[in-house]
Amino acid sequence: MDISNGVLLDLHRRMVRIRTFEEEAGKLMEAGKIPGALHLYVGEEAVAAGVMVHLRDSDQITSTHRGHGHLVAKGGDLRKMYAELYGRATGYCKGKGGSMHISDLDLGMLGANGIVGAGPPIAIGAAFSNKYRGTDNVTVCFFGDGASNEGTFHEAANMAALYKLPVVFACENNGFGEFTRQERHQAVHDIADRAAGYGMPGIVVDGMDALAVYEAAGEAIARARAGSGPTLLEFKTYRFFDHVGIRGMGVIYREDAEVLQWRERDPVGLVETRLAEQGILSPEAAAAVHEAALADVRDAIAFAEASPFPEPGALMEDIYTVSRGVA
Amino acid sequence: MTTIEAPATREIPYVSAIAEAFGQLMREDPNVFIAGEDVALYGSVFGVTRGLLKEFGPQRVVDTPISESGIMGLGLGAAATGLRPVIDIMFMDFMAVCMDEVVNQIAKIKYMFGGTARIPLTIHTMAGAGTSMAAQHSQSLEAWFCHIPGLKVVMPSGPYEAKGLLVAAVRDDNPVMVVNTKTILGMKAHVPEQIYEIPLGKANVVRPGSNFTILATGRMVSESVKAAEMLVADGLDVEVIDPRTLQPFDTETVVQSVRKTHRALVAHEAVRFGGIGAEFAAQIQEEAFDYLDAPVGRVGAPFTPVPFSPVLEKEYMPNAEKIAAEVRRLLGKQA
Repeated sequence: MDISNGVLLDLHRRMVRIRTFEEEAGKLMEAGKIPGALHLYVGEEAVAAGVMVHLRDSDQITSTHRGHGHLVAKGGDLRKMYAELYGRATGYCKGKGGSMHISDLDLGMLGANGIVGAGPPIAIGAAFSNKYRGTDNVTVCFFGDGASNEGTFHEAANMAALYKLPVVFACENNGFGEFTRQERHQAVHDIADRAAGYGMPGIVVDGMDALAVYEAAGEAIARARAGSGPTLLEFKTYRFFDHVGIRGMGVIYREDAEVLQWRERDPVGLVETRLAEQGILSPEAAAAVHEAALADVRDAIAFAEASPFPEPGALMEDIYTVSRGVA
Repeated sequence: MTTIEAPATREIPYVSAIAEAFGQLMREDPNVFIAGEDVALYGSVFGVTRGLLKEFGPQRVVDTPISESGIMGLGLGAAATGLRPVIDIMFMDFMAVCMDEVVNQIAKIKYMFGGTARIPLTIHTMAGAGTSMAAQHSQSLEAWFCHIPGLKVVMPSGPYEAKGLLVAAVRDDNPVMVVNTKTILGMKAHVPEQIYEIPLGKANVVRPGSNFTILATGRMVSESVKAAEMLVADGLDVEVIDPRTLQPFDTETVVQSVRKTHRALVAHEAVRFGGIGAEFAAQIQEEAFDYLDAPVGRVGAPFTPVPFSPVLEKEYMPNAEKIAAEVRRLLGKQA
């Protein structure tokens, strides 16, 4: 697959924006400024970016509890995102959802989700709708290795293949279901093998290599768009931070050496080295991308901190729709 | 002045009222589709979708694998992206298989997303015992769903309600669960041929009365009317109210009745403990305490799984006799 310089730079920019967004959010959570729990995407940026550069606003995604990276990559408004993390009225969900329910339906982002494995059935519904309405929109369902053990994934995979729905199952295998290592939660090594059970292609992809992700995602999305049915992509990746926050909850479940080994293949570093070698992105230009991302994130944080909390009366709003679809 | 000839009163069974409503709803809105187990080729095991496949084709009448979570999630994803799905869950007991989709996803997405989502989704299902289908095909679980903010729940008591409430449910822009009772599918009554709605959240006074109120749901509405006839001999003039919609509940109509009659009983087929009747009784005593001359009674099934043997099942089922007996017992306690 030929990749234009513009696309390469776009990939890099999206990854840096996710990295910066998450690092700052993690610090704010651990400083007690952001309430609740954040599940951070650092280490997995190549997956969201490599998939999302192929998508239009009218294409949908379903996300996970680790969902900020997906929305940043799909073009989410950082101000509305940070305001939501802060629980402010100006947030994406008016402060009613928080990190685990962040969403932007106008961008086709059908929500982060607090329930592991909730996305696949919703994704096939969006894909069914795309087909029903005669569009060529595609739905990408992000889920983790842990979610691949939920019945919902298997039901949705079966139905997607049966109905030849325009959906791509993008498994982010970061090696852990919460704190439980993959070999202790499933007997298969490659989750992509499970695709055979549903009559769809299953492909293992290096999830740390943004170009490999870009290529595999491009083929699967094109296949879905052409009406040829679903694909299961398994991205082998790694969570640099803890399950929750940066330092996490103090649960000992992996060695620092293992984290350092994966960090040697930091997806942001890998793509920067590659682009530098190809003469597309100088170290100075790369630094400028990081600075611009940090400026945007700081602006978003300032916006959030200056934003009002919801009025108490908002508690009982948005439970039901009062409008009517049909007269 | 022109005189219009009164149309012949057309009586059709409950099951046909549902099928007719589905057909009319699908004709008026191309975004309405039905998905569920055996709803297309077979026309549903209860016959409620018979004939729809032929008219609307497999894209709009969708046979699914036996995958309740998958089907329910499909409905949500489709509703969130502009369609108006009807998801048929064959037996209400199977709702337990897709509780996450209903309770954590469908009901809450609008709120969690700060109001940006619109989920015009109808969940259509069959509840109730009395067919020797035992403990996993006979339950009335409506109280579970009335407890979840974001859902609406209706429970038709006859053919007229079945059609009118289903039309209102599908046209509503919220998730609405339609809980039918399988033992009244053959019940016949007048049902207008044209499409019509029964407004959600509005109770119906089925039988006016002056000195006792029975508030009943689903099949217990007709049983309560029978009980009311039995109680005439006791000198009682019983008012029977069908809330039609359980969530939102029409407190006002019920409280007005009790302020007039001073005595009330709630009746449903579901297990009595923790049933929706407990909520109704609590609202009555909160809003009409000073008017009550007796405790608010409750009739429901005993606290046991639904049994298989017809003898045991008969013992289990609430009916007109049990309702009348409980009314008499309550009056013995009257202050």
